[in-house]
Amino acid sequence: MSVDSKSDTGAKAGRRRAAARSGSQGTMMRTAGDWARRGPLLPALIFMIVVTQLPFVVTIIVSFMNWNAYYPDDRGFAGFANFRRVLTDANTRHAIWVTILLTAGVVLVSLVLGLLIALLLDRRFRGRGAVRTMMITPFLVVPVAAALLWKHALYNPTYGLFNGVLKWIFGANAPQPDWISNQPLWSIIFALVWQWTPFMMLILLAGLQSRPLDVIEAAGIDGANQWEIFRYMTLPHLRQYLELSALLGSIYVVQNFDAVFTITSGGLGTANLPYTIYQTFYTAHDYGRASAAGVIVVIGTIAIATFALRSVSTLFREETGK
Amino acid sequence: MSSQVTIVTGKKNRGGGFVLSGVAWIVGILFVLPVLWMLLTSFHSEPNAAKNPPDVAAPLTLDGYRSFFSTGPWPSIANSLTSSILSTVLVILLAFPAAYALSIRPVRKWTDVLFFFLSTKMLPVVAGLLPIYLFAQSVGFLDNIWLLIILYTSMNLPIAVWMLRSFLSEVPVEILEAASVDGASLIRTLRSVVAPVVTPGIASAALICFIFSWNELLFARVLTGTVAQTAPVFLTGFVTSQGLFLAKVCAASIVVSLPVLIAGFAAQDKLVQGLSLGAVK
Repeated sequence: MSVDSKSDTGAKAGRRRAAARSGSQGTMMRTAGDWARRGPLLPALIFMIVVTQLPFVVTIIVSFMNWNAYYPDDRGFAGFANFRRVLTDANTRHAIWVTILLTAGVVLVSLVLGLLIALLLDRRFRGRGAVRTMMITPFLVVPVAAALLWKHALYNPTYGLFNGVLKWIFGANAPQPDWISNQPLWSIIFALVWQWTPFMMLILLAGLQSRPLDVIEAAGIDGANQWEIFRYMTLPHLRQYLELSALLGSIYVVQNFDAVFTITSGGLGTANLPYTIYQTFYTAHDYGRASAAGVIVVIGTIAIATFALRSVSTLFREETGK
Repeated sequence: MSSQVTIVTGKKNRGGGFVLSGVAWIVGILFVLPVLWMLLTSFHSEPNAAKNPPDVAAPLTLDGYRSFFSTGPWPSIANSLTSSILSTVLVILLAFPAAYALSIRPVRKWTDVLFFFLSTKMLPVVAGLLPIYLFAQSVGFLDNIWLLIILYTSMNLPIAVWMLRSFLSEVPVEILEAASVDGASLIRTLRSVVAPVVTPGIASAALICFIFSWNELLFARVLTGTVAQTAPVFLTGFVTSQGLFLAKVCAASIVVSLPVLIAGFAAQDKLVQGLSLGAVK
């Protein structure tokens, strides 16, 4: 709706231009032209507003209500009670912390690993295509399947591959740690890093390959060493690509449900916000509290995204400016 | 110095370059190893799959696959195919005109509209799930594949709009002007002038939407039950299964991942461009 009202003033300028181009045609025709322009956009825009924005408005309303499906007679206005309960609840506060750790951990580690691997793959060598294909594979395994793979085939203390390898190396008396119980959060982070490093690597590799090579060669001839070239030419060029992969990675990892649900079922202190909300709503049927937690997540996401989008919007501006 | 220039210019050389190539190979193998392990385990018998230390050379068998298929996964695979394909078709039908309106002779404030689309991806889906659940419950729409189709369409529409817009902005304006001089209508211009140029873009957008829909778990788990259950939800049945079924779990994971693996390998190059919303060429 706001989009439409904004475009009204803009449309005048468009109409003026259209009028200048087509000479003296009727106002009716010009308005029709505007709608011809806007028309193709409307189905997608209306669809998105109805399916994503409308439910969120309802979530906001429910977040101010007492509404638990187990106590249908208790329904009513609750004010800020849900928010107070969510923010003072130790579990939810822990879930906020887990979400931050999980997202920052996965995004940072896979970004650094992805950069190193992208630098390795930026060179020409025998089998580069094959290595690239191998690298992509983790990203193509269905997330639930990947989480099952880590939980059962790799981490399992009695028959998982990790402990099997330890026995190969150190013999029958090798230590056999229970990875998930000992380091539940790291177990999830590690599995997600495996899945997300390929994504970061692919974007950064595309960035590396779009560098102007002649300029870099000239710098090499002028006596700049490898580190200087990397620090003062490659890294600044890669900045936008690093920002883009961090932003997209964060969007997806913040919302991660599959890995937490599959590997630990939110146990051992690994419940992140999406999992906690899922439980509050799906298991505990406390709709008011689940909605309040959802609203808090959205506020947090918007705060971070506004900051992040500013840097990414420069990326898109440059791209569209061409 | 020479090995340093290698990395920068991509020229081949001996010595350091050789070591780095070896490191690249090792890293690649490490990343693919878990998947290969899953593949190998899926072909082992259950007792051999659960051995520690693992028995790599154990005889191969199809038992894991047989026991997976005996659990009746076909309805859920069919549901996944239906919801992924139909939502992808809907996404393209909605996104293509929208991307056209945002790229070639764009509407005013087109960047705002574009960022509105992206911002919907930043809203955590859990925050909108409850009202959708309540609405579906009240109109008897729970456990219905069409509910998933609509939600998957909304999930992928922003990505497709961004991607297609970046492809469409590569269509030369001259061609479009020529078409309009010749008196072609909008629909005709889209169909015969624009569509052929962006067909590869549409194909890769469709592929990515298919993959995301196929992979989705949260909506499917909350909103479907027995009738409309999808393949990932079927897989969650193995979350608590114990060691005796490792081969079966691996076989199940391989079967469910297969469509995505095939599609992904087939379109490796387009994948990055699509996943980065067209920002990386």
